[in-house]
Amino acid sequence: MEFEGNGLLTLVVFLPLAGALGIALFIKRDKQVRYIAGAVALAELILSVMVFTTYDLSKGGLQLVDRTSQWIPIESFKVEYYLGVDGLSTPLVLLTGLLGFAAVYASWSIKTRVREYFVWLLVLQTAVMGVFTSLDFILFFLMWELEMIPMFFLISIWGSGRREYSAMKFLIFTFLGSAFMLVGILALFYSTGTFDMILLPDAIAQTELIAPAGIIFGLIFTAFAVKLPVWPVHTWLPDAHTDAPTAVSIMLAGVLLKMGGYGMIRVSAGMFPEVIVDAAIVLAALGVVNVIYGAIITIRQTDLKRLVAYSSISHMGYVLIGISSVAGVGGLVSPTGLTGAAMQMFTHGTITGLMFLVVGLTYEKVHTRSIPELGGLSARMPVIAVAFLIAGLASLGLPGTSGFVSEILIFLGAFPVYGWFTGVAVFGVVLTAGYILWMAQRTMFGPTIDRFSNVRDASRMEMVPLAVLIGSIILVGIYPSFVSDMFRDGVAGIVADIQRSGALAMVLP
Amino acid sequence: MTDFIPNFWQQIEEPQAWLIFLFPLGAFLVNSLIIRPFFNQYSKLSGWITVVSLTASFVLSVYAVGSVAANDGRSIGWASHEWVEVANFKMTVGIMMNSLTALMLLVVTGVSLLVQIYSMGYMKGDSGYSRYFAYMSLFTASMVGLVMSSNIVQLFVFWELVGLCSFLLIGFWFHKPSAAAAAKKAFLVTRVGDFGFLLGILYLFSQGDSFTANNLNPLEIRDIEKAIGLGTVISSSVAGWIALGFFLGAMGKSGQFPLHTWLPDAMEGPTPVSSLIHAATMVAAGVFLVARFFPLFEASPVALDTVAIIGGVTVVFAASMGLVMNDIKRVLAYSTVSQLGYMMLAIGVGAPGVAIFHLFTHAFFKCLLFQGAGSVSHAVGGTFDMRYMGGLRRVMPWTYATFLIGSLSLAGIFPLAGFWSKDEILASAQGQAGFIPQAVFGLALIAVTMTAFYMFRVLFMTFEGDYKGGADADPDVESHAPSNTPHESAWSMLGPMVILALLAIFAGFVANPIVNLGAIPEHWLVHDFLHESAAKFNLGIAAISTFAAILGILLAYLMYVSKTISAQTVVSSVRPIHTVLSRKYYFDELYEDLLTTRVFYRGLAGALDWFDRCVVDGLVRVIDNFGRNIGRLIGQAQTGQVQSYGAVLSGGVLVILGVLLFLK
Repeated sequence: MEFEGNGLLTLVVFLPLAGALGIALFIKRDKQVRYIAGAVALAELILSVMVFTTYDLSKGGLQLVDRTSQWIPIESFKVEYYLGVDGLSTPLVLLTGLLGFAAVYASWSIKTRVREYFVWLLVLQTAVMGVFTSLDFILFFLMWELEMIPMFFLISIWGSGRREYSAMKFLIFTFLGSAFMLVGILALFYSTGTFDMILLPDAIAQTELIAPAGIIFGLIFTAFAVKLPVWPVHTWLPDAHTDAPTAVSIMLAGVLLKMGGYGMIRVSAGMFPEVIVDAAIVLAALGVVNVIYGAIITIRQTDLKRLVAYSSISHMGYVLIGISSVAGVGGLVSPTGLTGAAMQMFTHGTITGLMFLVVGLTYEKVHTRSIPELGGLSARMPVIAVAFLIAGLASLGLPGTSGFVSEILIFLGAFPVYGWFTGVAVFGVVLTAGYILWMAQRTMFGPTIDRFSNVRDASRMEMVPLAVLIGSIILVGIYPSFVSDMFRDGVAGIVADIQRSGALAMVLP
Repeated sequence: MTDFIPNFWQQIEEPQAWLIFLFPLGAFLVNSLIIRPFFNQYSKLSGWITVVSLTASFVLSVYAVGSVAANDGRSIGWASHEWVEVANFKMTVGIMMNSLTALMLLVVTGVSLLVQIYSMGYMKGDSGYSRYFAYMSLFTASMVGLVMSSNIVQLFVFWELVGLCSFLLIGFWFHKPSAAAAAKKAFLVTRVGDFGFLLGILYLFSQGDSFTANNLNPLEIRDIEKAIGLGTVISSSVAGWIALGFFLGAMGKSGQFPLHTWLPDAMEGPTPVSSLIHAATMVAAGVFLVARFFPLFEASPVALDTVAIIGGVTVVFAASMGLVMNDIKRVLAYSTVSQLGYMMLAIGVGAPGVAIFHLFTHAFFKCLLFQGAGSVSHAVGGTFDMRYMGGLRRVMPWTYATFLIGSLSLAGIFPLAGFWSKDEILASAQGQAGFIPQAVFGLALIAVTMTAFYMFRVLFMTFEGDYKGGADADPDVESHAPSNTPHESAWSMLGPMVILALLAIFAGFVANPIVNLGAIPEHWLVHDFLHESAAKFNLGIAAISTFAAILGILLAYLMYVSKTISAQTVVSSVRPIHTVLSRKYYFDELYEDLLTTRVFYRGLAGALDWFDRCVVDGLVRVIDNFGRNIGRLIGQAQTGQVQSYGAVLSGGVLVILGVLLFLK
């Protein structure tokens, strides 16, 4: 078993797991647990920034590969330990580092079963990092499945409300999706003889599959659709979010949903260029449903977390619309829409991460998330109010924040392809403004309520993750190139494959 | 050649033009990131920082106007800079410096500067002093960025930032529920317009191929003009759709019917904010947008007619509500909507230069009137309700004099600034053949009388008669300054008002005289600077409109000063009309109660919410139950009794044997 590569990605993926094991085995005192978890999260953030800065955009392609051939040494079943990043996954690694950091620091006030809590939170981070960096389909699948276990425990033990129900619902939905995916992965393997996700696109194009490509596509897409989530398999999300602890909501909305979008781009679009072009109009339609239906239901919500959860469903619809632009116009595919979809995953991650962080802080201070009971908080907690407003404005796509960049890219990319669908989806920006501003009006503005007169603002410790996320939102909003250039490079290969596949000629006159 | 520009005049360079934007932006950054968090006890500094930086911007704007004038009103070309590039979407940023830009810069920085000086007096002692100046600086910077933008996406960015700042400033006193609601309303209503604007941009961008075929960039404003000029790049109907999309955005920002509802509520913000919003920023952006993309509108007669009709309807519609309002700022707000309607209708009849001329003069007198309203409100303890004012002429001579000048200018009385620009609008409409221009001319003429009437109604109710107690008498004012007698305002407030009053007198005929005025050639601003040749002074129309205005003033005098006509009798004789007007044609009820709350929130959103919980999630539960029940059913077979297992097993073997035998 030979190991190639410098080990940076291996470190990124397994450092949290190592930290978790260390805490589980050796650390007893809660305070120490927190500090060690905090140190691991900080180190992980630094490492993910290193991955981001080490990735050489001028060279492009696959970099930082860590690989051992024959990880599972069975002759006919070549599973490799194979990690690597390209332009598509590098920013998502950074995103995971950012939000993992924010999540650990947002968990400082966890009081029950502290040790277990941080162990699971760190395991979760390993799983997500693994999904974004695995290039062997079985490894990818293992990481995909691994993520469910910590999520299940985190929601069902440290959650609130109907936490067992929500955790089980999350588990069943995700499990059902990934069962389909496993069948799809095996079908691909028995057709092509490889699990190598880099070789698979060509291999699929050149061999005859054991089942129609559309069916295999559908099997794998189901798992991603559940995760994103796509209407109508979205109902697990509001429940999971509402009952999960703050940090888990941050991870769930911030990075876990992006596993779905990432899979759609990497696997569904990258490996099935012909099918995705045929399916594009369905994606566009589902995207519009997600955006508009999600936004309208968001307006009705009275629980802050449930509100943000539904808004995530709405915002993930834009990812679908961005991906649908691969159908191209006049036989030409522009990478703008696909880049926008990837950007939307990154920006929504930071924005909604911030949003959940703020909601969590608010809940901690005032002990309620019910909007009708809130009001006038900005006089008592100005820092949290400002962060809340920034998250909200970024969410409604205000220029100068990262939310605008991804939305405009998606719109510009998809409008020439599906003008009507995109046009309807653009109306989502009005609905978003509606629920965001109404929420701000009812919670932060208005006269101060007496029983909140002793509420404290964010502590210095709590300001750290707020500042990190706000900084990234503004930075990407003002100068998006350093993320968008990478994504564009990442999707360029996929766009070229679609262009080459000849699928476009079939769809368009 | 423009003779009044001295020979030594050097043309403005691009970095200097950027500074016009960077000074207020810098003031925002310093105020929000340094002064407010760390030096809030010295918050007085933030006022000075804002005023100094805006002075610098204003000086540079004068320089810009001079440079464009020296260039015979032609634009100074600077190439745009690449900012972000994603595939065929190239985002460039740059400055488009032409006569429209330069004039807007002058108005924006000049009016904003005067507003900031006034604010230093008006906002004295407010706990959010530095926050106020931070927002105001950002507001000005955004508006400056908006008018300078050379790329349409860049313009859209600033367009939205202008909307954000007005949201923050209208909701400045966010602890007041009415202020928070008004801020949200302003943002949302304008966002409905922005939806159209964004669709227009997307449609324009989707025409990219025919632009690139001609070596043009669809998002560069200059290139759009060139494309229209070529005539073959986009068809008239495409141009029309894009123009209508843009116009929806302009309607939202400029409060045109039926997206006008936010503007009268917007006065929940501090009064200087209103004076800035109504004069130079925010609402001016809509008119500017239509003027900026006039070639697109011109290419499509339908789009142009739409602009004219919406403008004409708005003129009368808004003025009619101004007739009956008792809140001084509300009258002024409806007046602004009505005056913006004049500008829109001018563009609609093909005279964007005249519209901008009116925007220019209107900025001065409307800013002045709002500052006067603020001064009055300070004097009477915090109310804006005119029913509790009266008799202030004697105690506030400066405020009275300047307010009178502003009112005369707004009413369009010779020779004040408003007279000249309004006359050119009327003449432009009347000079156009066709039913629509003639119809909107009629509407515009009717509104002249209405304007004069509501403005002098305000003037008489506020300054004439006897004092009626001010805020102490107003039951709607919950908290106000300890009761005091009315007094004249401080000079930090009066100074800007006097300057604005001078501008409200002279800005019209000095900038755009009807005869050669020394070095200034006749119709300089419109003809030579904004390059619009059609507009001419029309003596007949001037006479008619002056007569109409004097009629309005006379009526107001008879009703509110001499009381020859009893206002009560008039009101009661047209009670239903009066009710409709004072309820603002029930538009708030229509939008908020009926459409938003009942149809949308309870109806559509309620139904979808139910659908999501009961049908979509219900289906999940059904499947869940199905699985569980199947499991239970099978589970019942697992009794644990070896005897029954054996029986079933034997039965199974028999069945299989039987089948096999049968098949043999």
